[in-house]
Amino acid sequence: MKSIQNIGLLLFIAALLIFIGMLGLGGNKLTQDLLPGKTEAHKTAISDAASQTGILDQEMGSIDFISKLKSTIAIAQSNQLTATIPEGVGEWDVKIGYWEVDGYVQSTVKSTANGPVHDNPWLFFLMTFGLAILGGLMFILPKFKENPGLKHNGIYHDPLTRGLKFNIRTGILLCTIVAVLVYGFLRLGNAFWPIVTLFIAGAITYFVFIREKSKDNNPQRSASPISTAWLGVISGFVLISFYILLYWKSEYITNWVEMVNPLSNILSGGDASQWFLYSLMYTIILLVMGVRMLSKYQHNRYEQIRTLSVMFFQTTFAFMIPQILSKLNQPSVDLKNMWPLDYSFFFDYRIDDLIKEGNIGLFMLGWGIALFLIGVPLFTYFYGKRWYCSWVCGCGGLAETMGDPFRQLSDKSMRAWKYERYIINGVLVAAVVMTIGVLYTYFTGSYKLGFINTSDLKSWYGFFIGAGFSGIVGTGFYPLMGNRVWCRFGCPLAAYLGLVQKFKSRFRITTNGGQCISCGNCSTYCEMGIDVRSYAQKGQDIVRSSCVGCGICSAVCPRGVLRLENADGDISERAGLLRTIHITEDEVKILNQ
Amino acid sequence: MLTLQVRDFKLTYFLLMDHVVIIGNGISGVTTARWVRKLSDKKITIISSESEHFFSRTALMYIYMGHMRYEDTKPYEDWFWKKNRIDLVNDHVNAIDYGNKKLTLKGGTEMSYDRLVLALGSKSNMFGWPGQDLKGVSGLYNLQDLENMEAYSNGLKRAVICGGGLIGIEMAEMFHSRNIPVTMLVREESYWNNVLPPEESAMISDHIVKNHIDLRLGVNLAEIKDDGTGRAKSVIVKETGEEIECGYVGLTAGVSPNVGWLKESGIEIGRGIKVNENLKTNMTDVYAIGDCAELLNPNEGRRGVEAIWYTGRMMGETAAYNICDKPVSYDPGLWFNSAKFIDIEYQVYGNVPAQMPENMATLFWKHSDNEKSIRINYDMNSNDVLGFNLFGIRYRHEVCEKWILEKTNVETVLQNLGLANFDPEFYKEYEQDIIDIYNKQTGNNLKLKTRRGLSKVLSFLSK
Repeated sequence: MKSIQNIGLLLFIAALLIFIGMLGLGGNKLTQDLLPGKTEAHKTAISDAASQTGILDQEMGSIDFISKLKSTIAIAQSNQLTATIPEGVGEWDVKIGYWEVDGYVQSTVKSTANGPVHDNPWLFFLMTFGLAILGGLMFILPKFKENPGLKHNGIYHDPLTRGLKFNIRTGILLCTIVAVLVYGFLRLGNAFWPIVTLFIAGAITYFVFIREKSKDNNPQRSASPISTAWLGVISGFVLISFYILLYWKSEYITNWVEMVNPLSNILSGGDASQWFLYSLMYTIILLVMGVRMLSKYQHNRYEQIRTLSVMFFQTTFAFMIPQILSKLNQPSVDLKNMWPLDYSFFFDYRIDDLIKEGNIGLFMLGWGIALFLIGVPLFTYFYGKRWYCSWVCGCGGLAETMGDPFRQLSDKSMRAWKYERYIINGVLVAAVVMTIGVLYTYFTGSYKLGFINTSDLKSWYGFFIGAGFSGIVGTGFYPLMGNRVWCRFGCPLAAYLGLVQKFKSRFRITTNGGQCISCGNCSTYCEMGIDVRSYAQKGQDIVRSSCVGCGICSAVCPRGVLRLENADGDISERAGLLRTIHITEDEVKILNQ
Repeated sequence: MLTLQVRDFKLTYFLLMDHVVIIGNGISGVTTARWVRKLSDKKITIISSESEHFFSRTALMYIYMGHMRYEDTKPYEDWFWKKNRIDLVNDHVNAIDYGNKKLTLKGGTEMSYDRLVLALGSKSNMFGWPGQDLKGVSGLYNLQDLENMEAYSNGLKRAVICGGGLIGIEMAEMFHSRNIPVTMLVREESYWNNVLPPEESAMISDHIVKNHIDLRLGVNLAEIKDDGTGRAKSVIVKETGEEIECGYVGLTAGVSPNVGWLKESGIEIGRGIKVNENLKTNMTDVYAIGDCAELLNPNEGRRGVEAIWYTGRMMGETAAYNICDKPVSYDPGLWFNSAKFIDIEYQVYGNVPAQMPENMATLFWKHSDNEKSIRINYDMNSNDVLGFNLFGIRYRHEVCEKWILEKTNVETVLQNLGLANFDPEFYKEYEQDIIDIYNKQTGNNLKLKTRRGLSKVLSFLSK
C-alpha cells in the first residue's frame, strides 16, 4: 500500500515538473500573414516596425520572441506619434492604443507558436493532467482501506503543513501586497487608487492597533514560533507564480493553453483561452482532492455529502454548463456564481451580452439578481451561510478540497479577527461603490461620479481585489495562512452572507453542556480562524458571521461537544450567556440568608 | 488636589486589597482566578513551575501526535492575563507558612497571601516497581512527561505501557500515531472493566487490538530492566516471566494527589488535602481544589478525590465564590464524563456502574460495526431513568441530565430519545433500534416519537 502511494507521489511530482518544464518548449515564428492588428493601419504600422526589429520569419524561443514582439509594437506605437489621422477615420483605428497591446501580444504568441506541444497537445495533456490525476489517485485511493477516524497525525511535523514563524509569514505577506500595489500602478498607469488602497490599509492598521488596543496583544496562536514549513513556502511560491502568469502574463503560458485546445474544441466548440485552462485545472484539482476528502472523512456523513456537493457544483455549474451553453451559442454563464463575488455581473458588456440574447439572456440576468436579492437572505436564514460557502461556492470548494491540508494555519488571534472585520466589510463597501459607479456610467454615459472616475475604479477593483486578493493572496497563501484567506478576509459575498448570518439566521453551532475540555482541536482546525474553544468552554452557542459551517470543529472534537444546527429558539440568549456557570447568583443569595 | 486624592484613594485601596495566591495553573486554579476576577477586584497571583501559561492538560497527547502545537493548547492568548490583572509567577513553592500567611519560593523570595488556593494537581502513580526511576520511564501527566516522551521517541523500536485506563490508552495512541509498536500490559481481564460494563469493555478491547496495539490482559509489571547506561531496555511480565524489549516504558496506573511535599506542613491530608463543603482546609484562609483535594463529605455515590477536568472546573468556580465571601457549598451535580478511545468517543451521564446492582435494569444496543453502542440504565421498580453510556454516538448533556434529575420514566425517555441525539447532521439515528430491544425485553410496542433536532430540544429544555 505504501509503495503504491509512493509511486503515485512520484508520478505526481513528475507531472508537475513536466507541466512547468514544458513552458520552455518550442518557439514562435512570425510571418507576414500572422501580423496582429484589428485594422490595416495597425497591421501596416506593426509590419513596418517588424522590419526594423527583424522579428519576421525568424524562429525564436518564446521568451525572446515575446520581448521582441513587445518592442516591435512599442516601436510601431512611437512611429505613429506623428501620424496624421485621415478624415472620417477614428483616431484609434490608426493608432494602436496602450490597452490593445496585451491582446495583440497574446493572440500573436498563440497564433505563431510551434513545437512539440503544438504538434502533440494530447500527449502533453496525458503527461501532465493524466499523470497528475493518476498519481494523485494512486496516493489517495489506498486511504479508503484505513480505519475510519480522524486523520490528523503528524500535520505539525510535516514541512508542507506545519506553518511558518509569525514574522516570516507577515514579511512574505507584506512584500506580496506591496509588489501587487506597485505592479498595479505600473500596469494601470494611475497612482490614485493604489495610493487610496495604501491609505485605507494604513487606516485599518491604525484602527486595529491603536483604537482597538491590539498593539501589545501579540498573537502567539497565529503562527508557529519554531517550525518552518519550507515545503509550504515552495508550494505557496508555485501557486503565486501560477496566478501571476495566469492573470497578468498569460503570453508566457501559451503551451499550457495549446495543450488543452483540443479538449476545449470538443467541449465548447472553440479554442482554449487561459480561462479554460484555469477552469479545467480547477475542476480536476477539486475533484481529485474531493476524493481525498471523502477518504479522510469516511466516518462523517456531513463531510461526505458536503464534499460531494461542492464537487457536483464545480463540475456541472462552474465547468460543464458554461461550455455547453457556449457550444449552443448561448451566453456562457456560471449560474451559481453571484454578485458581489462575481463583481463583473453588472459590467456594461455583460449586461449588453445578456440583453442581446433575448429571453434566455433576460432570464439569466433576472436569475443572477434574484440569487443575491432573494436567495441569500432566504437560504441564509434557514441554513446559515454554509449553504453557499461550503456547499456550492467554487472558491469555497477549492478551499475545502485542495486547501484542506492547510486549514490549521489560519490565524486564531484576536488581532486577526479585528483585521478581518475591517477588511472584509471594507471590500463589500468597495464592491458596492464600484458597482454603483459602473451602473451609473451604464445609464448616464458619464464616467464622473463625484470625485470618482468609475472606469478607473472598475479597473482597480478587478486588478486588486479580483486578481490580487482572491487569486494571489487568496489562494497563493493557502500553505502560509490557511485555506480560507480569501473567504475570510476578502470575499464581499461572504461579508454579505455573514451579515445575514449574524443578525437574522437560525444557524448556530451548539455546545454540549459542560463536556468541553478546552483541548483546542476545534480552534486549531477552524479554517476561518474562529476561536471555537472560547465559546465551547463557556457552553455558549456560536453565532459568528464568518462561520462557513464546514463542520470540521464538530468532526475533530474528541468529546462530542459541537453540533451545527438550525433553529430559531433562544438564539440570542444561548449565544450570549456564559453557560457553563455552575453556580447561580440565586443559590448564593439563599445560602447567605 | 482632586486627582491627588483619587490617587491616594487608589493607593490605599491597593494596599488594603486582598491578595489571592493560587498555586497551580491548571483548570482548577485558573478557573478560580477567572471567577475571583469576575466577582471582585482582589489582587490575584498564580504560581506554577510547570509552564508559564495555562494550557489544556487533556490536549498533551495531541501535541505529540502532531495535531496541535503547544501554543494551540492554551485556551487564552498570552495577553489575557495582563488584561484581567492576573499575575503569573513561573516559580516553584518550596514551603508554606500558614501562620504568617507566607510562601517561600524556590529562589528564596517570599510572598505573602491573604487567601491561598492549593490547586496542585496529581502525579502519576508509581508502585515501587524495580527500575521505575530509569531514563525512558515516565507517566503522562505534565508537560515534562511529554518532553520526556518526545526525547526518547526518535528511533524507538517499541514502547511498553503498564496500566489500562484513560491515560494508558492515550499513551498507546500517541506512540501508535508515530508507527512505534506498542505493548499494553493491563492488570484487568478486559480493558478498564472496573469502570466500564463488560460489553463496552470488550468492545474497546477489540478496538485496541484492531489498531495493532499488542494488548496483554490480566498481566502485571514485575520490573524494568536497565540497559547498563541507566536507561530502560526491557520489562519483565510478572505472570509469565516474559521479557519484552522496549526503549520506553509508560507507567499509567492512575494518578494520585500531588501532596507529598505538604505532609509535614500541618495541613490535614488523607489521600488528598482534606476540604469541607466550602473547599476550605483546616488552615485559615487556605482552600484546596481539583485533583489534590479530598472532600470530607462527598455526595452520595461520589468519591472524595475525583481527578477530572470537569470537577476541577466546578471546584474552581466554587472556591472563587467562597473566597469572595459569598459562601456556597460545592456540589458537582449529576455525574458526567467523556473520553476518546483512539477513534471511539465515549460519553457518560448519570449512573452507569461496571457491575449492575440488583435493582437496576439496563438496555444495551451495539452496532454491528462493533464501534457504536448505547446503554440506558433504569430503576427496575420505579422505571426511572438512571444513566446513559454512549460509545461512538453523541448525546446531549442538558437533555440527559434533565431526564435523570426529573426521574423520568424510561418509556417516556425512549419515545423521545431523539431529543438526546447530538450526532452531526445526516448521521444515521439508532434510537428506534434501542426501543426495539426494550420492546423485545418487555413485550411492549413503543415507537420513537421525537427524532433528532434542536427546535424540539429547546422547547423541551424550557419546559
